[in-house]
Amino acid sequence: MTHDTPGYRLFRYVTLTLLALFVATPLYVMVTSSLKSLPDVQGEFTWIPASPTLQSFVDIWHTVPLAQYFVNSLLVAVTATVLSVLVAVFASYAMSRWNFRGGSTFKGAVLATQMFPGILFLLPLYLLFVYADQNFGTDLVGTRTGLTLTYLTFSLPFAVWMLVGYFESVPRELDEAAKMDGAGPLRTLLQIIVPAATPGIVAVSIYAFMTAWGEVLFASVLTSEQTRTLAIGLQAYSTEVNVYWNQIMAASLVVSVPVVAGFLLLQRYLVAGFTAGAVK
Amino acid sequence: MAVITPSGTRESPEAPDKPPQPQRGRAKGSRRWIPYAFLLPALALELLIHFVPIVLGTAMSVLRVTQYQISHWWEAPFTGLGNFRIVLDLDGPTGRSLLQSFLVTLAFTAVVLSATWLMGMAAALALQRPFRGRGLLRTLFLVPYALPAYASVITWRFNFQRDNGMLNHLLGQAGLTDGNPFWLIGQNAFWAECVVAVWRMWPFAFLFLMAGMQAIPQDVYEASSIDGAGPWRQLRSITLPLLSPVNRVLVLVMFLHTFNDFSTPYVLFGAGAPPAGDLISVHIYESSFATWNFGLGSAMSVLLLLFLLLVSACYFALTRRTGHDKDQP
Repeated sequence: MTHDTPGYRLFRYVTLTLLALFVATPLYVMVTSSLKSLPDVQGEFTWIPASPTLQSFVDIWHTVPLAQYFVNSLLVAVTATVLSVLVAVFASYAMSRWNFRGGSTFKGAVLATQMFPGILFLLPLYLLFVYADQNFGTDLVGTRTGLTLTYLTFSLPFAVWMLVGYFESVPRELDEAAKMDGAGPLRTLLQIIVPAATPGIVAVSIYAFMTAWGEVLFASVLTSEQTRTLAIGLQAYSTEVNVYWNQIMAASLVVSVPVVAGFLLLQRYLVAGFTAGAVK
Repeated sequence: MAVITPSGTRESPEAPDKPPQPQRGRAKGSRRWIPYAFLLPALALELLIHFVPIVLGTAMSVLRVTQYQISHWWEAPFTGLGNFRIVLDLDGPTGRSLLQSFLVTLAFTAVVLSATWLMGMAAALALQRPFRGRGLLRTLFLVPYALPAYASVITWRFNFQRDNGMLNHLLGQAGLTDGNPFWLIGQNAFWAECVVAVWRMWPFAFLFLMAGMQAIPQDVYEASSIDGAGPWRQLRSITLPLLSPVNRVLVLVMFLHTFNDFSTPYVLFGAGAPPAGDLISVHIYESSFATWNFGLGSAMSVLLLLFLLLVSACYFALTRRTGHDKDQP
């Protein structure tokens, strides 16, 4: 290990101090404001709550139907995550183990959809859903089903890209051995490859969940009053004229804690996934 | 691998002008369908949610689709390039505001992309070598990336409040402003939006660059420091060149994310962003759903798609050449 020069130490100190302040200040504001009383957030900003209280964590559930938003977001995000990972595992298996006509075209096309702005699909997808509802009796507009179906494709490109890398690192000798034992392709996938690629699957699941949990654009159009997700419920409330900021900060904290905790606990897997992707 | 592919030089009884077919895949005969079966769900979903809508959207851009034809838009009157003429007509209000929004988005992208890259790079370099507290800082820096987009933007919306926000209080304490400026309306809205986007997105650059740096073998640095290279020299001669494949992907991905950002302006400003902060995604959204004029909205979307395709193609063409030069010095 080389020694740090004084110049590098100074650079490190200055950079990290500034960045830490920039990142931490809004987080600090979120946490402390959630502990303030209403008059405390309506007057001049203060760094320290005058009389800390947890009241806003209680009140927010009545100010907006937070529980309902929570259930909607949770149902949509969990279903979309499970299905998306399942679909991605199958597709990645096909692409890592067979070299078939159209495989690379598919991979390229899926990656290309990542670069298209959501707004491009939004109008036609909305009309497509309206059409399906009217002619095939489906229930896609304003329901959680339509939103789940949409979200499920949002994490697919990243999931497939990452899982193909992981699956390719699983030695093919294991496949061959399973085949000798008479296992079909599905059993080989589930019993050999999936267990060996668990870190990748975990990372992809967090990514899929975070994507669905934080999405705003499609939720704003595809949900109704009853199926509003947290994103739209809180966005709508926070842009009203008279906002109870202590309560909305409490809500932001409550909706963030599960994903941030999950992400930070499992960040090693995600970073490893990024490394695998970035190096290739 | 067990299967031996027949080489092209082997004599073939078939017509000589036919190129030899390479053996594709190890599944033979009747089992050739297996990979397609595994791919089918992904393929069906991609078709339904992405490819069919793109085709439909392109078709809608040549129709005069208004609120009266939402449920049977294909019967809308054909206007040819009529919609495009309207959205590109810089003398008309629609075209002028679209151009304004496009320019705002370009400026926003330039500011956010450079700031996020520099910050990500600085943080990755500062955390490259072990020291006490490194893990904690790395975790802190990743928090904005893990937060749901709307939660961070709502918090910033609170920070930017004129009378009870953190920012005006901080600037007032530091004596930098007289009176409390508005941050979410007028010209300041642009900078407010940039700050929020940078806060949300820089950890992605950091994560990506950090991963790239971890993949650089440590002994390259050790060898160079034996040769007397300092940190600055190592950055220019080792880190940056070896990161160039990572940067190539990162810059394009960040460009597209930033240019297409919807959550930041939509949550920060609510309905009706101020002109200084009117990003293209929100602009198309508002012009489509406020008036239900999907024909115009689709024409704008098609133009946006063409622009992004053009930029990406140029980017690939340019970086391929420079990447090659760096690989072979």
